Amino acid sequence: MNIQTKFDANPAPIQIIDGLTDTRDVLAHARKNALKRGLADWFICDVDAHHVESISWHEVVKYIEDPVIRDNAMRFHSERTGAPPYGLNGDLGLRYTSVGGRIPHQDERREKIPDTGVHRDVELTRRAMDSIGVDNMVIFPTPMLFLGMHPQPEMEVWLTRAYNRWLIDRILSEDDRIKTLLCLPFNTPKEAERTVAEFADKKGVIGFCVPSTRYKPVHHNDYMRLYSMIEETGKPLAFHAGYHWHDPSLATVNRFIGMHALGFVWCNMVHMTNWILNGIPERFPKLKPIWVESGLAWVPFMMQRLDDQYLMRQSEAPQLKRLPSEYMRDNCWYTTQPMETTHPKALQNTLEMINAETQLLFASDWPHFDFDLPQMIYDLPYLSEQAKRNILGLNAARIFNLEPTIRKNLMY
Amino acid sequence: MPEYKVGPADIFADDERRIVACDDKEIGIFKLDGEFYGWHNLCPHQGGPVCTGRVMSRVLEIADAEGCTRGQQYDDSQKHIVCPWHGYEFSIKTGSHPGNARVRLRPADVFVREGQVYVRL
Ligand code: FES
Repeated sequence: MNIQTKFDANPAPIQIIDGLTDTRDVLAHARKNALKRGLADWFICDVDAHHVESISWHEVVKYIEDPVIRDNAMRFHSERTGAPPYGLNGDLGLRYTSVGGRIPHQDERREKIPDTGVHRDVELTRRAMDSIGVDNMVIFPTPMLFLGMHPQPEMEVWLTRAYNRWLIDRILSEDDRIKTLLCLPFNTPKEAERTVAEFADKKGVIGFCVPSTRYKPVHHNDYMRLYSMIEETGKPLAFHAGYHWHDPSLATVNRFIGMHALGFVWCNMVHMTNWILNGIPERFPKLKPIWVESGLAWVPFMMQRLDDQYLMRQSEAPQLKRLPSEYMRDNCWYTTQPMETTHPKALQNTLEMINAETQLLFASDWPHFDFDLPQMIYDLPYLSEQAKRNILGLNAARIFNLEPTIRKNLMY
Repeated sequence: MPEYKVGPADIFADDERRIVACDDKEIGIFKLDGEFYGWHNLCPHQGGPVCTGRVMSRVLEIADAEGCTRGQQYDDSQKHIVCPWHGYEFSIKTGSHPGNARVRLRPADVFVREGQVYVRL
């Protein structure tokens, strides 16, 4: 027999989520889910999240060292209201990411931030960390990730350097839970080396990043000194994927969904192919490349494809002593997001092939439209608890040399 | 099965949505074409607050007799609730994802009795 008890239903605290909603309200369910799974006591490191540096671009341009360009940029920002960020060549696709406003946090976040003395991006990152349930968050910029395609290579150098100095000064110095893999102006190898030499020891810099969207061969001899320097620091080198709609290989793709699905993987497939077949892991065995934001489904494809061809044409890749897939498994690390979950058996197979227990690093990619949560790893039924703890944080603690200390506050 | 009283049915305008807390569960109540529909505010994708998103009409792209497309249009007779986390869309009337009917919202029993809206869980 059904017993009917009558109660009053009260209005829920959040009725509508839009661009003004506080991050903690947008992610209230994430926090609840993390608490329900007992993740408050797990060390979790988010190896790929973002902030929107272009909102602070008027501050960043003050850090440009070239006095003429700095002056031009500052004047541009003070005299042209509504002007796009000086010097940035962000891709047209950036305008489509919210699917016509259906995913509001992907557009500008206009929530109120009280003046607590720290930069707005620090406060936004703290809100995200304590909602998603992560102890350390690695932040990357957003439109700057296209600078490798800038027609002026000098602009990549000027702006990357300005951004890095601003980030160290204004963001990383404020909260040691926030980390970065510092962007390299990779089109100019000498300047990339200078970045490593000058900033490797700065607070919050736990590695380096090549924004992958560019036409530069990662195996060129010009980069060997850079790799050697990075290997020497012991810090990883990330290849952070991105798209570029003007890439000729995407010239016929007319929908953002298609361009994004392919573009975000294609750049890293090309770099990975060159990285492995030119024997970079043999030359720099201690260098730790991390393949970021391409998802995971591409990896088994590449492993099979390269192995198959390699056995027929070994003389074309003579530096290799093992199968390409073995380098991809033992000498490479991967971030989870956007983790393809619609074919669970394929995912399980992928995690086995990359040896996820030691090589996989959790990433949320918050606040982008395809962000993931720690629960996605926690809920996988075939992983051991140790494997889950490794993927969610302990692998990152090991390769970034982080103290796996619980810093999050899920109980706010 | 506890019942939760939401309030008078006539405070809902047509096309209105309200999200109510029934103890620890949140239910989205939608009034559409004079009928009430109730869905748990929990997206089947990653558990996002699906009922708090934008309501949008279904997008159609019609191919003509030659198989050519002539652009897109809205079908205002099919309203979707769009999960604000990653954009999964669900028919407000059926709770199904328009691209994969196996992906569905969890229904909540919403009904009107003597002019009052109730949720029964
Ligand atoms: S949680 Fe709703 S779309 Fe992902």
